[in-house]
Amino acid sequence: MGRIVLDNVTKSFGNAQVIPPLQLTIEDGEFAVFVGPSGCGKSTLLRLIAGLEDVTSGKIEIDGKDVSGLAPAKRGLAMVFQSYALYPHMTVRKNIAFPLKMAGLARAEIKKRVDNAAAVLNLTDYLDRRPGQLSGGQRQRVAIGRAIVREPAAFLFDEPLSNLDAALRVGMRLEISELHERLKSTMIYVTHDQVEAMTMADKIVVLQAGVIEQVGSPLELYRAPRNTFVAGFIGSPKMNLIDGPEATKRDAHTIGIRPEHIAVSSDSGSWKGKVNVSEHLGSDTFFHVQGTGLADSLTVRADGEVSFRHGDDIYLTPREEHIHRFDAKGLRIA
Amino acid sequence: MARAVTPRRRLINTILAWSIGLLIFFPILWTILTSFKPEGQAIADPPLFLFFDWTLENYAIVQERSNYARYLTNSIIISVGSTLLGILVAVPAAWSMAFVPSKRTKNILMWMLSTKMLPAVGVLYPIYILFIKMSLLDSRLGLVIVIMLINLPIIIWMLYTYFKEIPAPILEAARMDGASLRNEILYVLTPMAIPGIASTILLNIILAWNEAFWTLNLTAAKAGPLTAFIASYSSPEGLFFAKLSAASTMAIAPILILGWFSQKQLVRGLTFGAVK
Repeated sequence: MGRIVLDNVTKSFGNAQVIPPLQLTIEDGEFAVFVGPSGCGKSTLLRLIAGLEDVTSGKIEIDGKDVSGLAPAKRGLAMVFQSYALYPHMTVRKNIAFPLKMAGLARAEIKKRVDNAAAVLNLTDYLDRRPGQLSGGQRQRVAIGRAIVREPAAFLFDEPLSNLDAALRVGMRLEISELHERLKSTMIYVTHDQVEAMTMADKIVVLQAGVIEQVGSPLELYRAPRNTFVAGFIGSPKMNLIDGPEATKRDAHTIGIRPEHIAVSSDSGSWKGKVNVSEHLGSDTFFHVQGTGLADSLTVRADGEVSFRHGDDIYLTPREEHIHRFDAKGLRIA
Repeated sequence: MARAVTPRRRLINTILAWSIGLLIFFPILWTILTSFKPEGQAIADPPLFLFFDWTLENYAIVQERSNYARYLTNSIIISVGSTLLGILVAVPAAWSMAFVPSKRTKNILMWMLSTKMLPAVGVLYPIYILFIKMSLLDSRLGLVIVIMLINLPIIIWMLYTYFKEIPAPILEAARMDGASLRNEILYVLTPMAIPGIASTILLNIILAWNEAFWTLNLTAAKAGPLTAFIASYSSPEGLFFAKLSAASTMAIAPILILGWFSQKQLVRGLTFGAVK
């Protein structure tokens, strides 16, 4: 079980309120991702749930029980830290066994559970090593192992992949998703990487300056961002936001169109511009187009290999059904 | 970029380093040499360096006249006891200052250090009275307590510096893993800080061993450590340099040997955290 409810939670450091009153429910078994730019309060929120920080007001409930005043150890949660936070003086076995030892389990039971976790995480051959002798990916697996042996009510991940190199990150991302499929436990995952959020989450919570901008499934956020902030944050490359006549024409203050929803042509289209930079990824090509008079630069995605050179004229046609409209406050117009 | 060190420069540096080292060590060397001289040659003018009549008679006389073993035992009990007691008090104190600092933590640290700036004689009278009232005068327990308190600021400062180097997330991980505060300090913080704690212990044993002001003022016959042993050879019966030197040599030998064997640990501990 692991249903987590934040009820009017606030957090202040001195006079600075970093989390204004906030309401959020994470259902049992859900994979929730807190995403936002650095300093948006997502890690603070996670630490409040963990109990590593005290709430200034409001309450946090886990499975209907108010845990706001409880020490981290008593909340039944497990956490994986960005820096792994392994105990450097203990072997991998002792690291994984530590929470079980603290819980006072019998030695035979500890051994059984550690061996199980090690087998699941491919760590069996490394049990007698120390963290210093492991690679980044292995260390992260030990940190996950230490979290899963306790069978916690929920897992908390604080940017667990940001210290890994790109290839490893994709691998670990899959492993964590598989782990969630297998354990079916509640997981809360903090990241600034919207790709991680989109690929892993059941529910994404987009935060800015401690305020929840939108909560929804990855595709809900992609299809119907509630405001220009979410529109710009979710999706890669970023959505193009256009003010001015083109927006007014569509009864909006700002319109948004994603790079993948613009058709490219060399001879005809709605908007004309010049290619500045093109990025060839093989599967896709991204063009950064200037001189359209609409925005400083528009990003356009074309399927496969399309050749335009720097300075070439390019015609762009947005797909009308994919245009997002926002009012002067940046809120979505239905 | 590394600078190239020419052989000539290296030679000059080596000679310079040895000269400074010998200069610092010379008084100790002179004391040791004097302890092997007959009393007459000890005050010879010009002084005799190596060519004198080597003798062990000073050691024999010192051994005969006073109970070295008792002073040694007192020294060990007082220095080790006060250090361990100090560590016991300082670990939680340094933990709280390093990991849950308040607005005034820096001030408290400075204030603690400022007590070391007061001349000890300034508080001799009140402490002496307290010792009489509490029947602690000339007792090992009294000295253990007073020397622990004298060195406590240094112990806390050293441990605080080492603890600051330990990444907070590791302690938070322990908390998430269900460790109580006691277990967090016992199983995670202390083992990680072992090098720092060890050098703190070593340095404080040395400081406590050499402490003379309080040991001389608060002891008489029973609890006197080796500093009192040396002092008993100074003035009252006229100056017997050779015997005084023999007593001094006997008093510093144990700590010198300890320092020699632990020098690696000491240097490592004292420079710990200086370079990240």
